[in-house]
Amino acid sequence: MSWLIIGTVPYESFPLVLSQCRLAGNQLHLNNETVSVSRGTPALLAAACLGAEVLGLQPPTAMLVGDTGRGEGSVRLYRHLVETFSERSEKVLVFHYLQPDVDWHNRILLKLDDLSNRPILVADAGYMYVAKMSGFSLSYDLFTPDVGEMAFLADESAPHPFYTRGFLLRNEDDIPELVKRAYENENSSLHLLVKGRNDYVASSAGILHTISEPCVPAMEPIGGTGDTLTGIVAALIAAGKSVPDAALVGARVNRLMGLLANPTPAFSVAQLLPALPKALETVLPS
Amino acid sequence: MNVLTKIISMFRESDQGLSLDSGNLSGRGILIFHHTSEVIRAETLLKEAGLDVKVKGPPPEVRSGCDLAIEFPLLLELKVLRVLSKSKIRPLQVLPLQDLLLEPVSLFQVKNFGDYLMVRAANMKITVSKKDARIVNVSGGGCPDVPFLADQLVGKGLHEAPEPRTLGHTLCGYALQLAFEELRRQCPG
Repeated sequence: MSWLIIGTVPYESFPLVLSQCRLAGNQLHLNNETVSVSRGTPALLAAACLGAEVLGLQPPTAMLVGDTGRGEGSVRLYRHLVETFSERSEKVLVFHYLQPDVDWHNRILLKLDDLSNRPILVADAGYMYVAKMSGFSLSYDLFTPDVGEMAFLADESAPHPFYTRGFLLRNEDDIPELVKRAYENENSSLHLLVKGRNDYVASSAGILHTISEPCVPAMEPIGGTGDTLTGIVAALIAAGKSVPDAALVGARVNRLMGLLANPTPAFSVAQLLPALPKALETVLPS
Repeated sequence: MNVLTKIISMFRESDQGLSLDSGNLSGRGILIFHHTSEVIRAETLLKEAGLDVKVKGPPPEVRSGCDLAIEFPLLLELKVLRVLSKSKIRPLQVLPLQDLLLEPVSLFQVKNFGDYLMVRAANMKITVSKKDARIVNVSGGGCPDVPFLADQLVGKGLHEAPEPRTLGHTLCGYALQLAFEELRRQCPG
């Protein structure tokens, strides 16, 4: 299944690039551009490339632009995507680190609405925020929030995680209640993969799977471990797994990757990724 | 309901007075000032900085003497405050327009990892080594300044590193600033 990953890299001068992605060591190659793998969309892409190799898939296509938070790069990408939407034929779209912009989000969703065969839609990071802000969360097949972001989805009043009300942030054990609340207010995608001490796969029917093992606490502080999880899940969906199955397997793989890498909280995500292929090969047969 | 129908219904609700600015309301905030003169000056500075701002009458709940407020893109709160701060203008309040009772996150989670300490504020986490107060990781967040801020902070001493608010632009950057301040409070230099 063809797949497209859409996001940003933290370099203002990085041009808008649309290219199939190739991972060599710690470097992603896209047309004439090279990006080092660290947290954010490059981490997602690296995990997706490694997953694709194990699963026998073509690597993902990436649509990337430089943005350090000013939002100009994101707007350039949004505009390009809307203007060239008729050229897109991918079956899985993954939206990631983009400056939340409700207007551009809705324009893209309108384009998607015109398609007779709508792709599977995954949103994480800033694009998940804007999907919730827009009121169209249920248009998405999968969100991948962490605990703080799950509280944001559950808070019908919060326009951004920064404004999530405190009582929703208190206890990591409250995730099933937060999931229920997010679905009640239609602020969740069709399926959820909540990342935390326990990972949860959920739908409007409630918690479908709870994944607790292996538990590697040092993964939580490492920037990019949520991005690698989204990348693995995207690869599994592109390989034909259903969204909840991909979320379940992806959560197990990401955890096993952590166990195999045996990290400290000072690790970088690039130090974890070499363990990903073995983790995926181990989990897949089961 | 498809996307177009839903957007149209949002505009209809707006016509009926239920919403000020259709679906975009959730992304806007307001700045409340002491004096009208500050509002006018702030508007000029923010527009010069390329920000999409409008002068509006503040809602009754937050009127505090001044009858003007500035509506701005909430996500760019950090940039807005930095532009104003350079000219020594400090708003009395910064509020999300969607729900004027909302307050920024004030709850921190502190996790001890033996040789490392992590603080989480909202969706942002920052971790230091206890041995030398070096920032070893930044995680969480979803706005594009987060990977940029992480690049700028990781590897630096907690007390020498630039404050996230001096480099960030978004609410994720602001949340990281709060976590950073809490971490400095937990690990005084």
